Amino acid sequence: METLNVLLEALPYVLQGGAVTVFAVVGAMFLGLAVGVPLAVAQVYGNAPLRFLSGLYVWFFRGVPILVLLFLFYFGLFNLIGLNLNAVGAATIVLGMTSGAYQSQIFRGSILSLSKGQLKAARALGMSDGLAIRSIILPQALRLSIPGWSNEYSIILKDSALAFVLGASEIMARTHFVASRTYKHLPMYLTAAVLYFLLTWAGVAALRALEKRVRIKGYVQ
Amino acid sequence: MKRNDKTPLMRVQGISVRLGGREILKSVSLDLYEGEMKVLIGPSGGGKSTLLQCMNYLILPDRGEIELEGRNVDPHNARELCSFRQQVGMIFQDFNLFDHLTAVENVGIALRKVRGMGRTEARDRAMAELERVGLGDKARLYPAELSGGQKQRVSIARALAMDPKVMLLDEPTSALDPELVSEVLTVIRGLAQNGMTMVMATHQMGFTRSLADEVLFMQEGQIIEQGSPKDLLADGSGTRTLDFCSQILDVEGCTP
Repeated sequence: METLNVLLEALPYVLQGGAVTVFAVVGAMFLGLAVGVPLAVAQVYGNAPLRFLSGLYVWFFRGVPILVLLFLFYFGLFNLIGLNLNAVGAATIVLGMTSGAYQSQIFRGSILSLSKGQLKAARALGMSDGLAIRSIILPQALRLSIPGWSNEYSIILKDSALAFVLGASEIMARTHFVASRTYKHLPMYLTAAVLYFLLTWAGVAALRALEKRVRIKGYVQ
Repeated sequence: MKRNDKTPLMRVQGISVRLGGREILKSVSLDLYEGEMKVLIGPSGGGKSTLLQCMNYLILPDRGEIELEGRNVDPHNARELCSFRQQVGMIFQDFNLFDHLTAVENVGIALRKVRGMGRTEARDRAMAELERVGLGDKARLYPAELSGGQKQRVSIARALAMDPKVMLLDEPTSALDPELVSEVLTVIRGLAQNGMTMVMATHQMGFTRSLADEVLFMQEGQIIEQGSPKDLLADGSGTRTLDFCSQILDVEGCTP
């Protein structure tokens, strides 16, 4: 009974953390998209220096643990460049930049899976490469990327729990706060687990709906 | 007749291409006059497709030049290259329709984004081109919903919408089921009869005999025979072209 009271009392507080988590994850997904698309294009179509630079970016963010990146940026780099961010903002940016590295590989795979003839046909009509990539290649590649994107969403969502270490008051931080004060560890962390589970489910379902919505009739890759 | 025009519409001079240490084209030259239809014939790997793709700089040759209406085209100048390609339509063996766009959008997209036409104007023009190839009723279908012959006709409409001065056709019927070949050839025949200047790689011999002004036989990266179909394909002419054509006709089991 006492446990139930604690849970009921803590739930609104933890749910507010859910809003923080959703903000960070959605922000990171879009930042990752904004970073990942140019990276992928640079890797597939860029000249040697561009390919090298984008490769370096991907290699760095895939090679360093997120926990290290969070500390490195929040306590180190952001201070160095005078960027004064709160923990949630910093975590969103770090998660987004990391996700950009992974998303670029999703997009790169999708671009490479398109037939070479698509670009040829666009060029043959007098399109510049930039225009062809924007209006012919990316609309197809992004559609093909949605399943990989929903996988990436579930990964960022779970990585976002690490923002706790910066003091961002998201689900995990708030759960930990309540649990350590009330000693209701099992019910509290179970609650957090269920929340993450529900958010994963909702996000994946939303992306599946998007995939259906933008599906092209008869088009099977 | 057409030979006596002062300048050729398109002039290809000394095009050479090396790929992976192999010479794909060895200094190929040809003059294309307005309203003329040239047919490229020859064994696969002979350089037909490479030559056609060089003719709108989809492949950048190592040496050689292309002139359109007497003006030299610099493929390293992006603006000049794009404007040149607009004037040279290309039809591919495997259609290369944009898979995410409907038939009418396929035809209209370059009108809007390259030519800068408004949405309605582009749509009207695209519809007119689709009607011209007999596909007005398929405008809203996606490529995956069309048959091979219909796809190729959409791709022809897409090229025609740009008002090209020259059309290059790279084996436009080779990827089609036999029963779909004639609908595409009918459209191409119509173009030829309306005076479109064309270079076409094909193995359709009946079509070549009746429509080609000149046949170019390509082998190992060179044009080794050229002339009117009547001369090159005459019985007993002893040409390499005749020899090759009788071989493919034997395989296909039909008579020339």
